[in-house]
Parts: sequence; C-alpha cells; structure tokens
Amino acid sequence: MINFQYTRANDVPEAVGLIGRNPNAKFIAGGTNLIDLMKMDVEQPTTIVDITRLPLKQIEGMPAGGLRIGALVRNTDLAYHPLVERRYPVLASAIMAGASQQLRNMASTGGNLLQRTRCHYFYDAAATCNKREPGSGCSAIDGNNRMHAILGASETCIAVHPSDMCVALAILEAEVHVTSVSGDRVIAFADLHRLPGDTPQRDTSLNADEIITAVELPPQGFAKNYTYLKIRDRLSYAFALVSVAVGLELDGDIIKEARFALGGVAHKPWRDPQAEAVLRGQPAVATTFANAANVVLRDAKGYGGNTFKIDLARRGIARALTQAARGTPQSQSSKKII
Amino acid sequence: MTEIVVSLPEMVSVSLTVNGSLQTLSLDPRTTLLDVLREHLDLTGTKKGCDQGQCGACTILIDGRRINSCLTFAAMYDGAQITTIEGLAVNGVLHPLQQAFIDHDAFQCGYCTSGQICSAAGLIAEGRAKSADEIRELMSGNICRCGAYTNIVAAIEQVVGRS
Repeated sequence: MINFQYTRANDVPEAVGLIGRNPNAKFIAGGTNLIDLMKMDVEQPTTIVDITRLPLKQIEGMPAGGLRIGALVRNTDLAYHPLVERRYPVLASAIMAGASQQLRNMASTGGNLLQRTRCHYFYDAAATCNKREPGSGCSAIDGNNRMHAILGASETCIAVHPSDMCVALAILEAEVHVTSVSGDRVIAFADLHRLPGDTPQRDTSLNADEIITAVELPPQGFAKNYTYLKIRDRLSYAFALVSVAVGLELDGDIIKEARFALGGVAHKPWRDPQAEAVLRGQPAVATTFANAANVVLRDAKGYGGNTFKIDLARRGIARALTQAARGTPQSQSSKKII
Repeated sequence: MTEIVVSLPEMVSVSLTVNGSLQTLSLDPRTTLLDVLREHLDLTGTKKGCDQGQCGACTILIDGRRINSCLTFAAMYDGAQITTIEGLAVNGVLHPLQQAFIDHDAFQCGYCTSGQICSAAGLIAEGRAKSADEIRELMSGNICRCGAYTNIVAAIEQVVGRS
C-alpha cells in the first residue's frame, strides 16, 4: 500500500471541499472494499478523507410514506430497522444475503452502492483489465469467467456489480441524493450504475467530486409479495452467481404491478421494463413467469465459463416469482429453496 | 548515481481504549487495527488469517459490535472502545463462550478460535440468532479450515440458550 495523508472531515461541506480539490483523494466510510483494494494496489489514493463522523447516520420515515436512509447507515442497522423490516422486507432480506455480519457491521449504505466488482482480474495487478487500466485488455473474456456478466457486457469488460442490496434498491426505485461544491442533485437508481461500454473504468454516473448523502425509498415497498433469491457456490458468504429480487402486487391471482431485478449477471442491477410488462395483467402462473424470464434473457450471452448462468437465471426468475406470488419469500437462514 | 527519494508517512495520533485500558499511539495512517493490536500492543490473540476480510480470524468488538479488524485503519476508530479475546475473561474466570468452546471441543488447530469466540460474543449481543440455522448463517464470516463447525455451533447454542 502506498503512503497517503489521512484527513478527517467533520461536515459535508468540508468533505466535498477536500475531495473537490484533489483528484487523488478518496472518501472512506466502512472501508471494507477500499482498504482491500488499497492493499492490492488496485486503488492508490494519496489522500484519504475519513467521512465516518459526518451526520449522515439517520433513518427517517418521510411524511408521504417513504424512507430516507443516511449514506453512513451501516448495512446491519438498515436491515434490522423496524421500518425496513416491516415496509421494505425485500431490502432487509437482500442485505442479509450479502457478505458476513462483521462486514455488514462496518459497511455503509453509500459505500455498498459504490463498491467495485470482485472480478479476479480486476484485483490482480499482473493481469490485463480495462476497468483497472483502460486500454490494457480484458483477461476475463477468454479467461476464468464463471462469475461474469451474461447481460449488457461489452468487448472491453464483462465484470458484474457485486451488491445484493442494490438489486433490492433497483426494484424499490430508490433515489440517490448527492452533493458537491456545485450543489445537490438526485439520481434515479436505474441511472446510478452504468454499463461498461468502452469506458469500463467508470462504474457509476457519480462525478469524482460528489458524495452520496442519502438514499430515499418511495412508499411502495411490496411488503406482502416479495422475495430475494440468491444462488451461489456456497450457501453463505459468497457472491451471487444469479440473484433475483421481486416485488409484486396481486389482485386475486392477477398481477397488477410487477418489478424484478437480477444481480450477479451484469455491470449493474438488471431491470427490464419489457419483461415486467409481460407480467402485468396476467395470472400469476408458471407460464407467465417463464414468458417474463424469456424476455429478460432474450439477449443473454455466455462466455464459456458462465454460459450456465443463462439457464440458472431462467429457473431462478421462475422460482423467485413463484415465491413472491405465494407470499413465501426465501429465508436467508434456512437455505432450503421452496 | 540515482537519488532515491523516500517519502515518509505523516503520522497520526490515535487514542483507543483496548480491554479497558487507554492507549495513545502515533501511527502510520496505513496501520490497521489488527496490526495495532498485534504489533504495537502485543495482543497476539487476534489472528491474521487472510488479511482481506474473508476469514474472520481477526474479528474483534468495537463499541460492542463485531468487525474484521484487518479492514480498518486505526485512525478511523480514534476514541473507540475495543474488546479482544484477551479482554473477555473477567478476573481469571473464563467468558461463558470460552468455557463452552472447551466443553464442546469446538476447535482443532485453534487458529480461528479467538475470532470465532469474539464473533459469537457479538452475535449474542445482537440477539438475532435463536436456532442452529440462524447461528450458522450469522457465524458464516468465520471460516474454520479444520472443519470444527459442528462443535462450534453446539458451543454457541449452549450460551445462546442461557442468555
């Protein structure tokens, strides 16, 4: 790890002032991803701005029924918050499906959004990687790509976004509040993470001088018919091969509103309005679910090691939609998939 | 002759209360809490396994919550209360988890044990794990390469049942 200067910010204006002046500065909150990357020399900031003392640790119910989550709320505190457990159980479930309790006790809400891919070639300074070193090439495309993308990838990068929490935030249509010295703005969740294209070094639409201050959830929480189904190589403490977050609103057997997103398959949580449209107004039965899965996977492409994910996703989507429609969400402690 | 330029880190002053005792240190900002404990305070009960947040051997309690000490810069925790495996026994009497690990023979090589016990102390404080399934899931951040998991879960169940 290279030397760096350690600075502590006491409020948001001070934090954005410090970062705005220095292109080699990084914020640190939970540190669970950044410190790891610094040890591997993948990230080499010369200044670290510690933002853990900023007043961004509140979870507040909004007058119109939504929820405002401060960017420094720890993952465990968010998953165990009574309002989240009651009104947004798909978010609580997705958080508990990710990492370990030690990491969830450290990791922040904003940091979860901004965590970087766990592609082993990204982490390996001896390998080529267009995300780490633009123009150097992609070792994963012809390499070990079991964990990699089947949707939205490009010739320069087939990495996936590793978060579970973000897959739930995608179907909840969260808003991301950011601040910089130039002012505040709000980013729709679907616009935060980007596809790699020919600039895979950019994970998000956040500018280098901006800080996430809060994530806001609209009132619609799908508390009755939801699930977060995560399929991985071991039963806990592993990244998703494929995960599916679902929120449904039913009128009897008919689907009134449907949202689903996939994790572990793309450079961002993958939602597809056309696939969701297939579900609306239809009976909540296996053929409807299969139709939606076929639509979302219509352009799916495997790279050898990950080609199995296309079928795995197809089955995972059908299973997750069934779980949500029946009101029997996946348990994150009993691992049996029903 | 080539001139070699060495840039020295700007040291940071950090105060920590470790197992009830106040420690004030001047540290290279790169120093993790794990390295503070092992290299500066000679508290070697906390183990360095992977040093990447994947094994849990370095688990300690900060302000009562379990975390991976390898993924921290000590400077970020200025003013914090830290409990390590050395701080769990009180006046020579083992912590109930330490006794339960002996009762159930919940270790083989012992390298992961201090992390397992600190993690279990955090788990009990959280109050979320009631069943063996929930203990297994919420202890999944602690890897035991000897595979002593069955007895580790039994030991933790014994203490969860009493609390």
